[in-house]
Amino acid sequence: MSEEIKIGVYVCHCGSNIADKVDCAAVAEFASKLPNVTVARDFQYMCADPGQELIRKDIKEQGINRVVVASCSPRMHEPTFRKVCESVGLNGYFFEMANIREHVSWCTEDREAATEKAKALVAAAVARVPLQEPLYERYADMNDRVLVIGGGIAGIEAALKVSGGNKEVVIVEKEPSIGGTMAKLDKTFPTLDCSACILTPKMVECAQRDNVKLYTYSEVEKVDGYVGNFTVTIRKKARSVDLDKCTGCGLCITKCPTKDIPHEWEENLTTRTAIFTPFPQAVPNKPVIDRENCRYFTTGKCGICAKVCPTDAVDFEQEDELVTEDFGAIIVATGFELFDPSVGPQWGFGKFDNVITSLQFERMVNASGPTKGKVLLKNGEEPKSIAILHCIGSRDENYHEYCSRFCCTAALKLAHLAKEKTNGDVYSFYIDMRTFGKGYEEFYNRIMSEGIHFIRGKGTEVVERKGQLLVRTEDTLLGKYREVPVDMVVLMAACQPGQDTEKLAQTLAIQRSADGFFLEAHPKLEPLKTATDGIFLCGACQGPKDIPDSVAQGAGAASEALSLISAGKVKISPIVARCDEDKCGGCMICINLCPYTAISYDEEKKVAVVNEAKCKGCGTCSGSCPTGAMTNTNFTDEQIMTQIEGVLAV
Amino acid sequence: MTKEFEPRIVGILCNWCSYAGADLAGISRIKYPPNVRIVRVMCSGRVDPSFVLKAFAEGADGVLVSGCHPVDCHYIEGNYKMWARKVMLETMLQQLGIEPERFRLTWVSANEGELFKQYVTEMVDAVKKLGPFQKPVNWMTELLEHERSLGTAVQEIAAGGGVGE
Repeated sequence: MSEEIKIGVYVCHCGSNIADKVDCAAVAEFASKLPNVTVARDFQYMCADPGQELIRKDIKEQGINRVVVASCSPRMHEPTFRKVCESVGLNGYFFEMANIREHVSWCTEDREAATEKAKALVAAAVARVPLQEPLYERYADMNDRVLVIGGGIAGIEAALKVSGGNKEVVIVEKEPSIGGTMAKLDKTFPTLDCSACILTPKMVECAQRDNVKLYTYSEVEKVDGYVGNFTVTIRKKARSVDLDKCTGCGLCITKCPTKDIPHEWEENLTTRTAIFTPFPQAVPNKPVIDRENCRYFTTGKCGICAKVCPTDAVDFEQEDELVTEDFGAIIVATGFELFDPSVGPQWGFGKFDNVITSLQFERMVNASGPTKGKVLLKNGEEPKSIAILHCIGSRDENYHEYCSRFCCTAALKLAHLAKEKTNGDVYSFYIDMRTFGKGYEEFYNRIMSEGIHFIRGKGTEVVERKGQLLVRTEDTLLGKYREVPVDMVVLMAACQPGQDTEKLAQTLAIQRSADGFFLEAHPKLEPLKTATDGIFLCGACQGPKDIPDSVAQGAGAASEALSLISAGKVKISPIVARCDEDKCGGCMICINLCPYTAISYDEEKKVAVVNEAKCKGCGTCSGSCPTGAMTNTNFTDEQIMTQIEGVLAV
Repeated sequence: MTKEFEPRIVGILCNWCSYAGADLAGISRIKYPPNVRIVRVMCSGRVDPSFVLKAFAEGADGVLVSGCHPVDCHYIEGNYKMWARKVMLETMLQQLGIEPERFRLTWVSANEGELFKQYVTEMVDAVKKLGPFQKPVNWMTELLEHERSLGTAVQEIAAGGGVGE
């Protein structure tokens, strides 16, 4: 390369975000004396228009051919400045960023030390940038189908919106029916409209639309590929019922002799048969055989369901089936599960008959539920007093530190329903009343006027004395310890990540936050994206969310997916592995290390060959290459070594 | 008056977890010692053991390599590769007479700003106790010289010359 290297260095103040802790002028002054630096400036906001213009002007007028911006994290504005360079004809990879905000000004107490550290990072960037090579984004074809994992309200909303955009969508739901947690609810706050009435039409629509495909009782087994071109293996668990033949008449269910299995969908408040549909409005409204409890599978005898089936749909021989589908984008909407209060013996759940969870109470008050809408004690009598305990497992350092958000308002709803159904005494034990949503505070005010007893104090313990349940609390408004006798206790159990979250995170190569929920790309500006391109999040799998928020996110994730696939082409990062055939010794170490099988062996030349379409640019091959033949573009050995020299130059 | 020894530690961090974790520490305004200077790589699997040696050769007082937690790697398993190299590196550093506290491999996820602070603080404290890195006499010069002469020899063979002089 004969061209003279001319570096422009731009030190950003970021208002006072950097300038408070870093002497930006001194850093620029320092940079101006480094080799190859032609101009070095400091400026208020480099990312804003005037800052960008400064770079453009220097490239045009001073012939700057390498650009270093010292500002925020490259994870924030690297694409911005690459575009600035490209807008005036300079390759975007002739640009390097020094992170002096997240890694310096925001995390350092001492101004002098911060300025020193900033200088070191700038020196490293200035040392590295002459070695950078021009790289070019590549484009691959975009598959325009979308996969939605999870068929709760968030996933349903996402799927319907994608389908409405005239794109094909596939929903994978692990349960025999879509609907999720919302399908179990009786009423929804703050309007108290019936949950099923607003949800089931959407469920039915999913089944009816031509461009929506449902895989229920199925799980995502494997995900290969990358944004725009995912290949997903889906395990269709053996349902033992042929969905094409079954008409959903339900004769098999009425004839099934095994009737004493705890009904999970009814929160174990009642029993079900071995062949069953989880609930009357299930979609698809076709049964599944629970093989663990079915007599045919446990004893080899029975088969009554198959005998009575008018369409010959029962298939005992059915096996799990693996199907492969291609997608351009994936939306994760796997929802949440309820915290199991039996983990904490202090609440007496699982010990006392009449201590139940919020979802059990919800099923109880539901007209189509196990008690036909009646609130009943285990002995069949109606309770005269009910305590509702907030924050069971939430806002509790022993279980979950976070607030589960929707339970306060849900508890108000349950208090209202308890009062309405029993006209008994209803007590609400709360720490703080967090009614955050639109109309929720108004709802709280309304419920307060209904004669509910609000006690500001966490229900710390439920005990039984002479057959009487007692809720113990410290009433923080009265400033005294109280014991309140009640007939029934409802525990507002926390919203927690589903059991499959960890496994799915690994399958999808997406991250989870400290609370175990899936992690978004940016907490404020990218709430629906993950760090993996083409994979989006919505609903409570990202953190506790109520129905309005889940629906909004579902629609938002659909919009993200639609905007991605509508582009038609997918941009692929030019950061890949490259093999220098002259240096390669053909040892094949890299071939075994590559997690994407992107490297193969050329028998004739006896060298490694990289398939750039498969390579994701992790650089594991280059990290292990004994001859230095394998390089990682934009992260070559030479570039990194020089950067190391650079950070140690100050 | 002597100024307290302020070590210079090179931090080689993967883009997806640890670099993002360090970003989060900043975003959360978590303060920690300014001694670690960060070099970004896409994956901890990219970290060639020679990067660590290079840092020591250039006078670093310590090297911190950090990646995603096991099973959380953005590239499926690059962190395991680095994990395997760690064993080799530790043996090598020991043979070279470099104190084990000067090199550390950690796992920090994108949401563990506090943990990043903790690791940095621990490492800075440990290296401060050891004092400045003293290069074993001429070790790296010799190593590099050896490498260079090897390279020359290879070129000579390629050019049709004999081995050595």
